[in-house]
Amino acid sequence: MANSESPVLMMQGICKRFPGVVANDNVNLEVRAGEIHALLGENGAGKTTLMSILCGLYQPDSGTIVWKGHPVRIASPRQAAALGIGMVHQDFKLVQRMTVAENMMLGRPAPHGPFIDMRESILTVEHVSAELGLPIDPRIQVGQLSAGMQQRVAILKVLSGSPDLIIFDEPTSVLTPLEVENLFKMMQSMVANGKAICFITHKLEEVMSVAKVVTVLRDGKVLDTLETKQTSPRELARLMVGREVLFSVKKDPCKSGDSTLEVQHINTAGGPGQRELHDISLQVCQGEILGIAGISGNGQNEIAEAITGLRPILSGHIKIDGVETTKWHPRKITELGVAYIPDKIRQNAVFLDLDITHNAIAKSHRGAPLATRGIFRMDAIKNHVQKLINEYQVHVASPKTLARQLSGGHLQRLVLARESSRELSLIIAVNPTAGLDVGATEYVRAQLLNQRKLGRAILLISADLDELLTMSDRIAVLFSGRIVGSLDSANSNPEEIGLMMGGTLRPDGKKAYAA
Amino acid sequence: MRHDVENNESMVKQVASDPRSDSVRPGSKHPKEAFKSVFLRALETIGRPLVSILIAFIVAGILIALTGINPFAAFFQFFQGSLGSKNGIAETLVRATPLAFAALGVAVAYRAGVWNIGAEGQIFMGALGATMAGLYLPPMPLLVHLPLVLLCGFAGGAIWGGLAGIFKARFGANEIIVTIMMNYIAIFIVSFLVTGPMKDASGMIPQPQTVELPASALLPVIISGTRAHAGTIVLIGVVAFVWFFMYRTSTGYELRSAGANPDAARHIGINVLNTVVIAMAISGGLAGLAGANEVSGVQHLLTQDISSNYGYLSIAVALLGGLNPLGVLLSSIFFGVVYVGSESMQRAMNVPVEMVYIIQGLVIVAMLLRQLGQRRKG
Amino acid sequence: MQNFWQQLLSANFIISMLTSSVVLAMPLLIAGLGETFAERSGILNVGVEGIMLFGALSGFLGARLSGSPWVGLICGILAGVLMSLLHAYLTITVVADQVVSGLSLNILSLGLSVFIFRAFYGLAGQAVQAPGFDPYSIPVLSRIPVIGPILFQQQPLVYVGLLLVPIAYFILFRTTFGQQVTAVGEDPRAADSMGVDVIRIRYASVLIGGATAGLAGVFLSLGELHSFSELMVGGRGYIAIAVVMFGRWNPVGALLAALLFGFANSLQLYLQAFSITTLPPQVLNSLPYVVTLLAVISGIGKGFIPSALCVPYKRGD
Repeated sequence: MANSESPVLMMQGICKRFPGVVANDNVNLEVRAGEIHALLGENGAGKTTLMSILCGLYQPDSGTIVWKGHPVRIASPRQAAALGIGMVHQDFKLVQRMTVAENMMLGRPAPHGPFIDMRESILTVEHVSAELGLPIDPRIQVGQLSAGMQQRVAILKVLSGSPDLIIFDEPTSVLTPLEVENLFKMMQSMVANGKAICFITHKLEEVMSVAKVVTVLRDGKVLDTLETKQTSPRELARLMVGREVLFSVKKDPCKSGDSTLEVQHINTAGGPGQRELHDISLQVCQGEILGIAGISGNGQNEIAEAITGLRPILSGHIKIDGVETTKWHPRKITELGVAYIPDKIRQNAVFLDLDITHNAIAKSHRGAPLATRGIFRMDAIKNHVQKLINEYQVHVASPKTLARQLSGGHLQRLVLARESSRELSLIIAVNPTAGLDVGATEYVRAQLLNQRKLGRAILLISADLDELLTMSDRIAVLFSGRIVGSLDSANSNPEEIGLMMGGTLRPDGKKAYAA
Repeated sequence: MRHDVENNESMVKQVASDPRSDSVRPGSKHPKEAFKSVFLRALETIGRPLVSILIAFIVAGILIALTGINPFAAFFQFFQGSLGSKNGIAETLVRATPLAFAALGVAVAYRAGVWNIGAEGQIFMGALGATMAGLYLPPMPLLVHLPLVLLCGFAGGAIWGGLAGIFKARFGANEIIVTIMMNYIAIFIVSFLVTGPMKDASGMIPQPQTVELPASALLPVIISGTRAHAGTIVLIGVVAFVWFFMYRTSTGYELRSAGANPDAARHIGINVLNTVVIAMAISGGLAGLAGANEVSGVQHLLTQDISSNYGYLSIAVALLGGLNPLGVLLSSIFFGVVYVGSESMQRAMNVPVEMVYIIQGLVIVAMLLRQLGQRRKG
Repeated sequence: MQNFWQQLLSANFIISMLTSSVVLAMPLLIAGLGETFAERSGILNVGVEGIMLFGALSGFLGARLSGSPWVGLICGILAGVLMSLLHAYLTITVVADQVVSGLSLNILSLGLSVFIFRAFYGLAGQAVQAPGFDPYSIPVLSRIPVIGPILFQQQPLVYVGLLLVPIAYFILFRTTFGQQVTAVGEDPRAADSMGVDVIRIRYASVLIGGATAGLAGVFLSLGELHSFSELMVGGRGYIAIAVVMFGRWNPVGALLAALLFGFANSLQLYLQAFSITTLPPQVLNSLPYVVTLLAVISGIGKGFIPSALCVPYKRGD
């Protein structure tokens, strides 16, 4: 029974800062029983932080939470559960090798003291799951269930605590379309029983089909809260992405034959935590920046890895400078003149516990000019490192300083420096300015634009739409492992991009693959 | 095991080069300054483990006192016996050398991201290789024979270590169980050969052992009147070579990269599985040299107990030495001192020689405990 | 030759061989049962070898000084718990490397055990005797042909060991504690998020492992020999770890594995005693290790290894 009188949850004026970023900026949220309330936004909009505060993982810097009419302080997940707030995480947090029944029993006070009665537990689970309309076999190992069924177990576990508010964090990211349908049916029956649901998503289609209310967040702030009946995907897209930014450079799409990078219909395999790529095709010309937009987790890293030889390609072709590189070893591709600046450089590109010199010669550590027959030429190395440090103004006390001592911005300079120190034709950069301050960000962008002027082809993959809009000559949009649209300055606006990123629209008007 | 490796970073960091202590500015190559920096780095390397050593000695002293013996007198004998005489120093070197070889291997493997607990078995296989080269090659002069003996010692250990590496890299087998099992199998192989086909059948000595190696296969004595032999000199050469390999070659670079950050190494085009095998082979080879050292320099033949737990101990030696070549040298000397000093304490004051193990064990525990202090700060 | 086969297949021979198999298997089984708990919770303890030695010594001392082997038994178990407490502290609270911590226990124990023994008895060695356990035939059961002598005419600690198997099985699979142990060793993060106290469970598991290792040590010193020697354990602690793996981290599996290894050992001893010199002793003695190695390489146990074994865990990572 929907109670439209007073909200079961009110978050007022919530602020949360992390070093260098304001995750939530004066956020207000009201959720009512019997409602599905969607939280919509791009990466970094602040949705997950807000919900983490709600389920006790973080404390807000300021603001209040009013639960069922009383102000509360939620200090831990256990407390949140005690209050009646349950969260189904994106990674379900179940013990894969144990059965459904065992997972359900873990952490709960046992009915028979220290002893387990497996049969009774199985019966209980069967009973509960049938009652809730979520049939599941308690005897199966969780690890053998499909993603959808595992999610069902996670939901059952949350429900067994009889919560009043259930939070779902990007619940459909690993589900098939059928499973998504089932999930939504489940959610609808839950709210029909008087519960409130809050669900985090970036998919417009979902918001429209299942939510009653949607709050759009951008850059930590609430832009608006709307009833879905009274809005449209277009409006939501516009809100989500927001700005009227024009392309700053106009360029003609290049003719094939000129292209430095040609990706033709490649497919790669999926896996745990990895996105399958389906029929990806793109082209980048000399002196051009092709941006790839999309919410993180839709295949960005996978594309970069496929092109640089770090990921096996099941079918399709990749040509760099006219040479077929589909099955090449990463080192060979590097030698062809390809630079790769990966996502999360601290984890993937830099050796934090080794010194600057070590980091600066990575990828050039075999063969001339820095090594002869496998042995380093120390003077050549010293000069090389010094040159890089000077040209790119990496501020270090000495080449023997540990990389860990460098700020994020200077680490990125180091990576840029070492990648650019070779003869290049193609640069692939993934989220190159993530986490950097304004000065460092401008520096990195200026470097990339400079490379563009020098005639290099650049593939810029970024979750920051602003960055893509200012830097790219053309933009392709990635959703769920597919390119769902390719735009250039002539025929795009933020709304279209938002619709594509949200999985709703392809430029040919057809609906994109929904899962 | 990689996770554990990352976790050990904090233990390694306490003795890894601290930038603040680095007094070399870019461009300055003044020999005096270079020497000063090496000296400072040596001090750094010793300084922190020194506290652990101190703690160990204090506890040991308490134990000694509890048995009614004067700990101060005992420790005097300890240092007198190990460092106070020509023979004492020689014995210390004899004890330290195999430990240093094996510990060097542990350090190399660690830097490449693998824990080599198989040193014990690799020492045996190296000893076997050296013995076979010593006994079964046609007669040849020392300058040819001895290097071959050492080479075969290296090869024996390298094969044994490389196998373990392949089992891990290619088959995904749990490396702890693999290496411990291979330790035992190696001991059995040697035992079988020494009590059977390779046994000295002359019947004069009741214990099973091989015949003595010819003089051309033996490491010559370097301090007359003692057991100190050229293995120590070979060690210095090997340490320098290992240092050069790890820090001045592309392959060494790749090994260290794989150990420091396997994800980044992969992105750079390094095949991390290959580095595991290479690291284990080199590490095994170094342990094999320890075995060759014992056969060619100390025992002059092969017995069933050619190694008395040197393999497992070498892990402690490596840790105390901060897992770098110079530190390993110093640490192995310390452990050598503990061996000889304990024997001296037993002879002079009746303190049971097993004090060796107590001190060694306490040092490691103290080092591990100090990690807690590190963690609380950071 | 004919005589050999006749002898080999004679009932007496087989019975005595099986009887000694059980005895030889016991320390492996007992230590292995506790280590199963520890490893199931995610903590590897390669120091079982050292704990067994220290337990052997403490049991010996306790029995000799008090005059009762049962007091010795308690001392041995307590010694095991104490030593494993150090390992637990180092690996769970300090989050130090599990392998190094275990190895340090082995080294330390070798030193301490012998040092203490010498402090009491100098170089007397195995001449020093303590009141130990004598074989005790269980009435009625021991009269059953064949099985009787093998299983029911052993010393009391054998019965304790055999009883521990169903007890361990019950605790592991029929109590919430056991279930939490498994969960913690599989996915500590998930278990933590479900409200399971990962630290407490791991400590308890490691201490259980220490208790049984100490008990296994007492078996060695007070069971057969009634004396103490530093070579007493002789690698059995490491074999116990193999037993755990071979037994797929399951008490019944551990029993079968231990019996297998005990049998191989016994067979080798008997063949040697009867001078069957076709096979050198090393071949049979190394068999358990070779088989374990092959098993690990082939990935047989892979599906059963606790996923978080040897992986350090800090909350909030």
